[in-house]
Amino acid sequence: MAVDIVLSKRQTPDSKPQTLMFSLQGITNWIQNWLTANLPATWVVIVESLIVILLAIGLFAVLGLMLVWMERKVAAHMQIRLGPNRVGPMGLFQTSADTLKLILKEGLTPDGADKFLFNLAPFVVMIVGMLLLAPIAFANGFQIWDINIGVLYISAVSSLSVIGILMAGWASNNKYSLLGAMRSGAQIVSYELSAGLSILCIVVLSGSLQITDIINAQQNGWWILKGHIPVIIAFVIFIIAATAETNRAPFDLAEAESELTAGFHTEYSGMKFALFFLAEYINIFIVCAIGATIFLGGWMPLHIGGWQGFNHIMDYIPSSVWFFGKTLFLIFLIMWFRWTFPRLRVDQLLNLEWKYLLPISLFNLLLVTLIAILGWHF
Amino acid sequence: MYTETQILKDTTQTAANGSEGELVINVGPQHPATHGVLHLVITLNGETIKKVEPHLGYIHRSIEKMCESLTYRQFIYVTSRMDYLSAHINNHACAMTVEKAMQIEVPQRAQYIRVLMDELTRVASHELWWGAMAMDLGAFTPFFYAFRERETINEIMEETCGARLTMNYMVPGGVMADLHPDFVRKVKAFIQLFKDHIDEYDELVTGNVIFQNRMKGIGYLSKEDAISFGCSGPVARASGVNCDIRKLSPYEVYSQVEFDEVLQTEGDSFARYLVRIAEMKQSIRIIEQLIDGIPEGDFQAKTKAVLKLPKGEFYSRVETARGELGVYIVSEGGTTPYRIKFRSPGFSNLSALDHMVRGSKIGDLMATMGTLDLVIPDIDR
Repeated sequence: MAVDIVLSKRQTPDSKPQTLMFSLQGITNWIQNWLTANLPATWVVIVESLIVILLAIGLFAVLGLMLVWMERKVAAHMQIRLGPNRVGPMGLFQTSADTLKLILKEGLTPDGADKFLFNLAPFVVMIVGMLLLAPIAFANGFQIWDINIGVLYISAVSSLSVIGILMAGWASNNKYSLLGAMRSGAQIVSYELSAGLSILCIVVLSGSLQITDIINAQQNGWWILKGHIPVIIAFVIFIIAATAETNRAPFDLAEAESELTAGFHTEYSGMKFALFFLAEYINIFIVCAIGATIFLGGWMPLHIGGWQGFNHIMDYIPSSVWFFGKTLFLIFLIMWFRWTFPRLRVDQLLNLEWKYLLPISLFNLLLVTLIAILGWHF
Repeated sequence: MYTETQILKDTTQTAANGSEGELVINVGPQHPATHGVLHLVITLNGETIKKVEPHLGYIHRSIEKMCESLTYRQFIYVTSRMDYLSAHINNHACAMTVEKAMQIEVPQRAQYIRVLMDELTRVASHELWWGAMAMDLGAFTPFFYAFRERETINEIMEETCGARLTMNYMVPGGVMADLHPDFVRKVKAFIQLFKDHIDEYDELVTGNVIFQNRMKGIGYLSKEDAISFGCSGPVARASGVNCDIRKLSPYEVYSQVEFDEVLQTEGDSFARYLVRIAEMKQSIRIIEQLIDGIPEGDFQAKTKAVLKLPKGEFYSRVETARGELGVYIVSEGGTTPYRIKFRSPGFSNLSALDHMVRGSKIGDLMATMGTLDLVIPDIDR
C-alpha cells in the first residue's frame, strides 16, 4: 500500500533532474547497451552483478582504509601530535600496513566460545554494512540500486547490525563482551527511533521514500536551508542518533575501553577484529552519507532558487565532489565529537533518548508535517 | 553451541561466584581503568554494583623489608619507587625523619629548593591525574594536553636532578646537588605556560555537560566517613576535612608562604576534581612566592659519612600529591633501621572505594576511581 502511494507520487513531472550537470548515467547506459548487444540476457545480468560486486568490495576496502587514516589524522590534530607519517606520503599506507599485519595474525577462537556464532558475527556486521551501500547515490546517476523504498530499506537494514553485535557478545563467553553487547542492544534499538523520526521529517517534506526523489526535491535548495528550524532540529537529532547508532564516542558504551576493556569485541583478534573495525567505519560513512543525502542534498550542488548564474557555476563542480565533500564534512563532525567529549553513562544515555530526543522528534515531526501541508517551505 | 555439560559447568560457576542474578567480574589486574596492577572483584546486578573488593599484592616488592637492610642514606632511593608520581615528596619525608632523629639543621637554601621541588612534583602529579581521569571517562584528548605541561616540569627535573621520574634528589641534610643555573628561568617560563593553559582545561573538561553529569553526586563520601576510612589529601578535603599537613604541621618553609587549603564540602567526584584543579593553582602560587627569593648558601648540611640514628622511634609526615605520607622509623642505634613503616595515602583512600560506589553503575566506578587518583605501587609497597 505504502509502495503504491510512493509509486503514484513518482509520476509527477518535476521529479526529473533539471540540472545541467554531467551525469554518470551516460557511462552506465553505455556499458548496459554494449553488454546487451554482445551477450545473451542472462550473461548481461551476471556480468553487471560482478562489476557491481567488485566495485562495492573495492569501495568498502578503500573507504575503510581511508577513514581509519582520516580518524588518526583528525585525532592527532586535536591532540597536538602528528599522527601516522612514516608509511607512504603523510602516512597514507599506515592502515594498509596495519591491515596486512592483522591478516597475518592467527584468528583465535576462545575455548569456551560458541565457535559458529563467534566466527559468524563479524561477517553479519560487515554484510549489513555492504547491503547499506546499495541505495546510496554517490554521484549523479551513480547508484547501485535505486529502490523505491530507499529510506525505509536503509532504516530496516541498518538495525540488523545489532544482531551481529549481540551475537559476538553472547558467543564470546566473556562477561565484558556480554555487558557490552547488552548495552549495545539497548542503545541501538533506542536511538533508531529518533533517527527514523528525523528521516521521516524529510520524507514528509519530499513526499517520497526514494533516494533519487529526495535528492531531486532539493534542486532549488537543500532541505536544511529551506526547511526552517524544524529541519535543523531534525538534522541535529539525526547526527546525535547516528553517532549513537554507530557506537561512537560519546556513545561508545558498547566498547567503553576504560570500563569494559573492549566491550563486545574483547575476545576478537586478527582479521575478525579488523572486520568489526572496518564495519564501524563503513557504518560511519553510511550514516553520514544518508545524512548528507537527505539533509544536505546528496550530490546536488548548492542551488539557490532564482539565481541562474550562481546555479550554473555550481553545476560545474562534479556531483561526486559535492557528495563526498558533504559526507566527509559530517564524518569529520562525528570524529570531532569522539575526540572532544567524555562518555555518557548507560542510564544517562537511555534518558537522553527516551526523555528528550524522542519527544522532541515526535513534536518536530508534527511541525514538519504542518509545514509540508501548508507549503511554508521555500 | 552450548552443550549440556557446559551449561552445567557455567551454572555451578555462577553459584560459586554469588547468588542468583549476580555477575562477578574481575577488573584487573590488567585493565585500562586501574592504571596499574590493581585487581578489583566487583559483584554486579545488571549494571549496578553490589560490592567492590580490592585485591592487592601484584606489585608488592616488600619495600619496607628491603629498607631494613639498607643504610639511612640508601633507603631513601627505594622510596622513589613507592608513589612514583611524587617521588620527591617521598624522599623528602624520609630525609626529614632522619634529620629529625639526628637533629640535623637543614640550610635555608635547601629548604627552599625542597619546597619548590615538592610543589612542582605536585603540579606534575595532578596534571597526570587530570589526563588519566578524563581518559577513564572516555575522553582521550585531555591526556595529551596534560602531558604538554607535565613534560615541561619533567625537563626542569631532568636538568637539576638528572632524572625525570625517580629523582632521588633529597638526601639527609639537604639536597644532593645545587640547582641548575637555568632552573629559575625555566620555572618562570613554566608558570607562564601553566597560566596560559589552565583555562583550556576548564573549557575542555570542567564545563562539559556530559562531564558534569558523570561527576556530580557520584561517589559520595561524607565527612565522617572520610575521617573513619582514614582518607587524606584531596579526597578528604573534598569532603570538608581539614587535613593539609602543610597547614596542620608546617615543615620546611611552608610556614612562611601564603597559600589556601582548598576545601569543598560536597564530597562527590566533582568536588574532588575541583579540589585538585584548585590545588594546582595554589602550588603555582607557592612556587611564585619562593622562586625569586632562593637564598644563597649551602644546599646541604655537613653530615657524617655514615649515619647512625639514636635508639628510639621517629615519625614525620608530609603532604604528597595524594595525601598524608607518614614515615615511621624504629632504630636500635645501628646504621640500618630496625623497622620502617610507611603510612601511604593511597591505601586508605582505596579502602573507601567500596563504600563510595555501592549501588551505582560500572561507569561510576571508573569515574570514582579516577578521582581517587590511585597509584598502585603506593598502595602495594
